[in-house]
Amino acid sequence: MAEKEYAYFSGCSLEGTAKEYDESLRAIMKALGVNLVEPDDWSCCGSTPAHTVDHVFAAALAARNLTLVEKMNKDVLTTPCPSCLMAFKKAQFNMSRDEAFKDEVNGLLDEAYNCGVESKSSLQVIYEDIGLDAIAARVTHIMPDLKVAPYYGCILSRPPEIAQFDDPENPVSMDKVLSAAGIQVQDFAFKMECCGAAFGVPKREMVNRLSGKVLEMAIDAGANCIAVACPLCQQNLDLRQEQVNKTTGSNYNIPVIYFTQLIGLAYGLSPKELGMDKVIVSADSITRRITREEYEKIKADEAAAKKPQKAKKDAAAEETNN
Amino acid sequence: MSEVAAKELRIVGFLCNWCSYGGADTAGVGRFKQPTDLRIIRVPCSGRVDPMFVVRALITGADGVLVSGCHPRDCHYTDGNFYARRRLEMLKRLLPFLGIDDKRFHYTWVSASEGAKWQQVVTDFTKQVHALGPMHQK
Amino acid sequence: MRVGVFICHCGSNIAGTVDVAKVAEEARKMPGVAYATAYMYTCSEPGQKEITDAIERDKLDRIVVAACSPRMHENTFRRTIMKAGLNRYFFEQANIREHVSWIGLDKELNTQKAIEEVRMAVAKVMKNKPLFSSSFKINKRVLVIGGGVAGMQAALDCADGGLEVVMVEKSPSIGGMMARLDKTFPTVDCSICILGPKMVDVAQHDLIKLHAYSEIAEIKGYVGNYQIKIKKKPPYVDWTKCTGCGLCMEKCPTKNAYDHFNFGAAPTRAINIPFPQAIPKKATIDPNHCRQFVKGKCGVCAKVCPTGAINYEMQDEFITEEVGAIITATGYGLMDIERLTEYGGGRYPDVITGIQYERFLNASGPTSGHIIRPSDHEEPKTIVFVACAGSRDKSLGVPYCSNFCCMYIAKQAILTKDHIPDSQSYVFYMDVRSPGKGYDEFTRRAQEEYGAKYIRGRVSRIYPKGKKMVVKGADTLLGTQVEIEADLVVLGTAVVSAPGAAQMAEKLHISYDTFGFYVESHPKLRPVETNTSGVFLAGACQGPKDIPASVGQGSAAAAKVLSLFSKDMLESDPAIAQVNQNTCVGCLKCLKTCPFQAIVEDILRSGKKVAKVIETVCAGCGVCTSTCPCGAIQLQHFTDNQLLAEVNAICQK
Repeated sequence: MAEKEYAYFSGCSLEGTAKEYDESLRAIMKALGVNLVEPDDWSCCGSTPAHTVDHVFAAALAARNLTLVEKMNKDVLTTPCPSCLMAFKKAQFNMSRDEAFKDEVNGLLDEAYNCGVESKSSLQVIYEDIGLDAIAARVTHIMPDLKVAPYYGCILSRPPEIAQFDDPENPVSMDKVLSAAGIQVQDFAFKMECCGAAFGVPKREMVNRLSGKVLEMAIDAGANCIAVACPLCQQNLDLRQEQVNKTTGSNYNIPVIYFTQLIGLAYGLSPKELGMDKVIVSADSITRRITREEYEKIKADEAAAKKPQKAKKDAAAEETNN
Repeated sequence: MSEVAAKELRIVGFLCNWCSYGGADTAGVGRFKQPTDLRIIRVPCSGRVDPMFVVRALITGADGVLVSGCHPRDCHYTDGNFYARRRLEMLKRLLPFLGIDDKRFHYTWVSASEGAKWQQVVTDFTKQVHALGPMHQK
Repeated sequence: MRVGVFICHCGSNIAGTVDVAKVAEEARKMPGVAYATAYMYTCSEPGQKEITDAIERDKLDRIVVAACSPRMHENTFRRTIMKAGLNRYFFEQANIREHVSWIGLDKELNTQKAIEEVRMAVAKVMKNKPLFSSSFKINKRVLVIGGGVAGMQAALDCADGGLEVVMVEKSPSIGGMMARLDKTFPTVDCSICILGPKMVDVAQHDLIKLHAYSEIAEIKGYVGNYQIKIKKKPPYVDWTKCTGCGLCMEKCPTKNAYDHFNFGAAPTRAINIPFPQAIPKKATIDPNHCRQFVKGKCGVCAKVCPTGAINYEMQDEFITEEVGAIITATGYGLMDIERLTEYGGGRYPDVITGIQYERFLNASGPTSGHIIRPSDHEEPKTIVFVACAGSRDKSLGVPYCSNFCCMYIAKQAILTKDHIPDSQSYVFYMDVRSPGKGYDEFTRRAQEEYGAKYIRGRVSRIYPKGKKMVVKGADTLLGTQVEIEADLVVLGTAVVSAPGAAQMAEKLHISYDTFGFYVESHPKLRPVETNTSGVFLAGACQGPKDIPASVGQGSAAAAKVLSLFSKDMLESDPAIAQVNQNTCVGCLKCLKTCPFQAIVEDILRSGKKVAKVIETVCAGCGVCTSTCPCGAIQLQHFTDNQLLAEVNAICQK
């Protein structure tokens, strides 16, 4: 029995190059008891190209889908792709504040949009609506070798007035969500630095340089895996790692995995159903799993071994210090 | 009515000397353009504004009345604007019983440094009064 | 009644958008007006002479001037007509500049509005009554709130002028921010060396009474007669016994108390004397960290104190001081760097504030003058200074410039080279603001003689890489991005208003702006006075400023107080409430609403109960007048009839 139900917009990337993001997200939502319902006949959100051409057109493309959601009698839409999210949020933001703009946009649509839908990223839904406790409760497996650097990319929490989510300079939602799922998260200072985004075709060397920096900093932060929440981030950092290595003379081989896939692994789901084979740099070597009970036992044994030494150390510290 | 008067309506403003009158001065110093309908009467404190003045003005020819004082807690006389706040809110609710549209009366709080805010208050209220039209039809 | 009306051109300020000749012409037609003219600059000497001449020549008995705001020149013109023998209250000023000529460009509409404003003023002045001041005694003692350099200067000047001074300082020691500095720009003088003697003077002056570690609880009264309730906080050390030997501080087992004096640059003991030159040089216990208070057992300081000065049972003590004037010198605060998330403020130990760095530079600071990285205590070789960390940033609510950061960053860059000769300093700046005497030469020295590299551009992010902090910014003169691997980053933090500034302002009945800085009477001409008579400002509480400006304002405020006290009696403002005891029904509603408790009950000889106004306490707000059900109590100069005359002038043409 589904406890929660959301209107769900997968977007085009998740039907193609980012199929594993869609598969893993659906899998973990199912495990968490959340039902995702797609609007009938959804269409392109406009993404990057539309708003560089015309703002009214871009809002119309986005608003068409939002109208479909209104017809479903839903007031919240969730989408895993930050670019789709921005298209929806910007349409909602501008149409609800500017009467004239709203009329112009609705003029392009068959059915008018009444500004009644709030759009949230799937990360936001998981972090705020489902909550860390619920996430932690479903964990069945621990991956002891895994050290993750969470990479947020540019638009999940920026610009702050539109995104209205997490901190625009130091977001922590993905860090906390992964931690709740029992995954070790590194303190990654480069979590929001640009990867080069859509310049992968027109300015490839820029993407190679910027993405290379992100990869380097992740390894520097002690991570052996980067977690992402965006198909474009994943593409630039994963697909282009070989190109980065060729251009910068580096030797990176660090897997870039969707945070939903990592959570899925922690829930004991099979790597196949989470699309783990669809990434270029394989994560097999670092996603060795043991059950939670096994993990807890190992921790208890370690603690017992350290006890006599620790007690001595503690007593000495009390004396001199505090 | 002269051509000049036909462009404007008549709005009477009661401004407290310490904050709002200063705010209107600041707006002037900053050259913040405003519609000319407003005529300002200076009072020492918004607490000095007797609701009787407001009604008198509306009945004898004003199309709108604006009262402005210091922000609550910042009154130069400590409590004056608290009394103003209570009385003027009551007055606003009583105006319809006198057959006067309560949108013709507005009270607000503007400090001496808020020139831009004063400009906004005057512009918005003048627009509001114009939308209602003259108080007494010719 | 013969009213004279003078329309001022104010050069082109008014005449530019108002047809002043037409206004004068219309004024002549108004009932009661015997004379009307337009003049170029009415407030000038010849302008004022025009008025006095006209009064004499045309036997005018009431005057209206249509010009700038009465808040500007009402007093000027009141004095003018006084010279011609009229009562000052037979004057009204119509504001046709700030409220008309400066806010609209339509000459026709403006002229019409000016005419009506004059009509209102004429109607009012015809209802005005002559009012006469009475005199009252003043208490020639002054309260100085704040023991920083501005407050100390004010106190010393007042005391040297023969006045008794009460100084209240909320920290355990006076000295303020200047006491924390190592050196001062542009002379690189040792800060405490020049401040110390002033502190001692304050402590030893016969006429200055210092209440340190105390706060203002309540202020009652009015200019010339204030009653100040002061809360003396308990230091848990009897300061009459404490000799400042410091033994307690040596032996205290709690070593991680927050050090307020060092802005947390390093921890301190739970009982401490803030710095070696502290005045009063007495110990204070911080009950938030002291084990005796937190856990209930310790008592080491009590055991070792040679004079038995420790007293854990001390309580707040309240005393009252009576003064005639107040000088507010409460200083400033600093922005919390945790708000600068892109710089990792508060998250990375090697990103510190300017004042914390200053404490490292100071030989009597927590590191004895050694510059160290807080993370590993190693000496840094590459130091990056970030100017405007928070200032000039609308998104953080600090759109203003903090005044002295450019200067102290240059100073710190110079001192860094002295302390660590093989170091390299970088300064990221937007502009270098060095307007004072010798200031620009000083900032140039930092670059030319001391090798500090100045980079014009903002820092976008600071992040850790290994042991270093990478400072990523722009060099707009070269047009490139810049990344510097720093050992230590110093943020030139934004100056904000002092903590508790708003609450203090409310106690003082003075205004403060959106940022919490206190509002002066006039930004150009009256920087140390407030609109509340008897309360003066000095120093950074009025706005960020450096030491010479603060000292200057301290002396200025003292001069204002000395001139206020130069007479034995002050004249009261006669525009106060008055009760018509014939029409008063004795309901005493006015008594209950008066914010100053200036109304008392009086029994007439006939036995009738009426209200009575205490003249010296009435502040002239008029709340009583709008409360009175029968119009018996009237605020003079703003009576019901006078204000209604203005309403009628607008509404019934």
